[in-house]
Amino acid sequence: MDYSQFLAMKQEIALLVVFLLVFLYDTFMPKSTQKALPGVATVLMLVATAAGFCCQCFGSSCATTAFAGMYETSAVIAAIKGILNVGVVIVLLQSISWANGEQMLMRRGEFYELLLVTLFGMYLMISARHFLLFIIGLESASLPLAAMVALDKNRYESHEAAVKYMLTAVFSSAIFMMGLSFVYGLTGSLYFEKIYFALTGQMSIMLVMALAFVIAGVGFKLSLVPFHLWTADVYQGAPTSVTSYLSVISKGAAAFAFLVILCQVFGSLYSQVWEWMLYALIILTITVGNLFAIRQRNMKRFLAFSSISQAGYIMLGVIAFNAMGMAAMMYYILVYIFSNLAAFGVIGAIEHATGKVSMDDYNGLYRTNPRLSVAMMLAMFSLAGIPPFAGFFSKFFIFTGAINQGSVAIYVLVLIALINTIVSLYYYLLVVKAMFISDEECQIPSFRSTCSERLGLWITVAGILALGIVSFFYSSLLELSEVSSMNMYFIG
Amino acid sequence: MEITAIYYLLPALIMFCCGVYGFITRKNMIAMLVSLELMLNAVDINFVVFNRYLYPEQTEGMFFTLFAIAIAAAETALAIAIIINIFRAVRNIDVRSLNEMKF
Repeated sequence: MDYSQFLAMKQEIALLVVFLLVFLYDTFMPKSTQKALPGVATVLMLVATAAGFCCQCFGSSCATTAFAGMYETSAVIAAIKGILNVGVVIVLLQSISWANGEQMLMRRGEFYELLLVTLFGMYLMISARHFLLFIIGLESASLPLAAMVALDKNRYESHEAAVKYMLTAVFSSAIFMMGLSFVYGLTGSLYFEKIYFALTGQMSIMLVMALAFVIAGVGFKLSLVPFHLWTADVYQGAPTSVTSYLSVISKGAAAFAFLVILCQVFGSLYSQVWEWMLYALIILTITVGNLFAIRQRNMKRFLAFSSISQAGYIMLGVIAFNAMGMAAMMYYILVYIFSNLAAFGVIGAIEHATGKVSMDDYNGLYRTNPRLSVAMMLAMFSLAGIPPFAGFFSKFFIFTGAINQGSVAIYVLVLIALINTIVSLYYYLLVVKAMFISDEECQIPSFRSTCSERLGLWITVAGILALGIVSFFYSSLLELSEVSSMNMYFIG
Repeated sequence: MEITAIYYLLPALIMFCCGVYGFITRKNMIAMLVSLELMLNAVDINFVVFNRYLYPEQTEGMFFTLFAIAIAAAETALAIAIIINIFRAVRNIDVRSLNEMKF
């Protein structure tokens, strides 16, 4: 065996080093230095992220495969991993003050170790070109997450959320694997490439069943609508740091992996089968997510339903089935990471200081905590897609990408998505109204958030402002997608 | 009488459907876990049968099954750990008692 092919897995190796260092620090350093563990983990992750970007800027960008084609990396894949890395750094930064709290004393290390392991699993999901590796990635991304959801041992909701997450995750992966067994029976291989060529021109009921099972399995992870019922409960019950990780990183990775599977494995069935499956899923996801978000009073549940409808918008980049759709999807994930993490940063800071998570508690927040309310307002504007902020541009590009596909049906789909954006304005602005206009006797007292929370919020707010205006981000993503090897699947 | 692939695939399909049915109807969390195991095992049977009957010259399906068994074991271990936690918190493992959060 040629061991040099491990060198293709640069980002995985960097992540593994970070994991091992955190693990060793947690295990062997004396008790007095343990309080620095969250900071150490954040800095290590930051170094790994920076190293990844440097590698991409100065290294070769051509696609490399390793392990007999089971693993593939290219400039686009490195870019999406870099985007996830940035998100993880912000999540880690925001979780510092929570992890240093009293009730996390015994489990501080576990949070960071489990988080890094799930990130490793997501890397494998994105890079896998063989379903065995993909399943291993999928499971190592979702099983430790169940343990992370259950981390808050003293709160009952955390347990309930963990059970709901665990059972649905196993159920969905069983359905996914059933679909895979059909695919294997039809084609005799689990390599993406071989399946693609074996499936070209084929059409049978078994194939449609297999595709439906696979889409259902990944749909659970992405919380697309008929498979979304676990989302709100899990988001509400999990500790806020875990919720923010679950809603941005895990969703972003699953969305990209979904794109890879649908294009590189089932690409030849696009117009016959899965365009229409996805079409129905997107309409349902955006609409139902929006309608349920309107009646939520708990902020975490509210953001759960908002993230469901955002997942529908992300899927527009998959149904576009062209290079621009892929670039727009990656850009959407990047912007979504910053906007959602800004919202979760504010929620986490308020929960940490006062323990309140209900929208009614936010009444009159502007009078007592003006900076936090402005950050929250920017996050809401960006999620809703109001012009000068990044969220507008990400929605604009993803709609353009979808329209470039050209069929009338997609025009109708984009129109429905547009109408839903207007509906979503209503509930995003409810939060803004509560903070700025509503007045309340017992409002949250003025408090000073911790240094790390403030730093995290500054970064996310800067991202919301800069990502839309600085055209470098989108244009470089588009450039990468246009030369990526996945284009051959789009044309086919 | 020759035993063909369909004699293995049908029981696997029935097992899978029993698993789905059990997962939806059972109220006891351990019983739900057992139903999930049924589904995963049905998948394993499918892989082995497809490999043995349709593509006997390779072993890809067998290997997938080996990994799937290991993953199923990990899933069960974690699920039981979480169920024990639940039992400590509410003193029973009926899913109907987990209804604090809804809608």
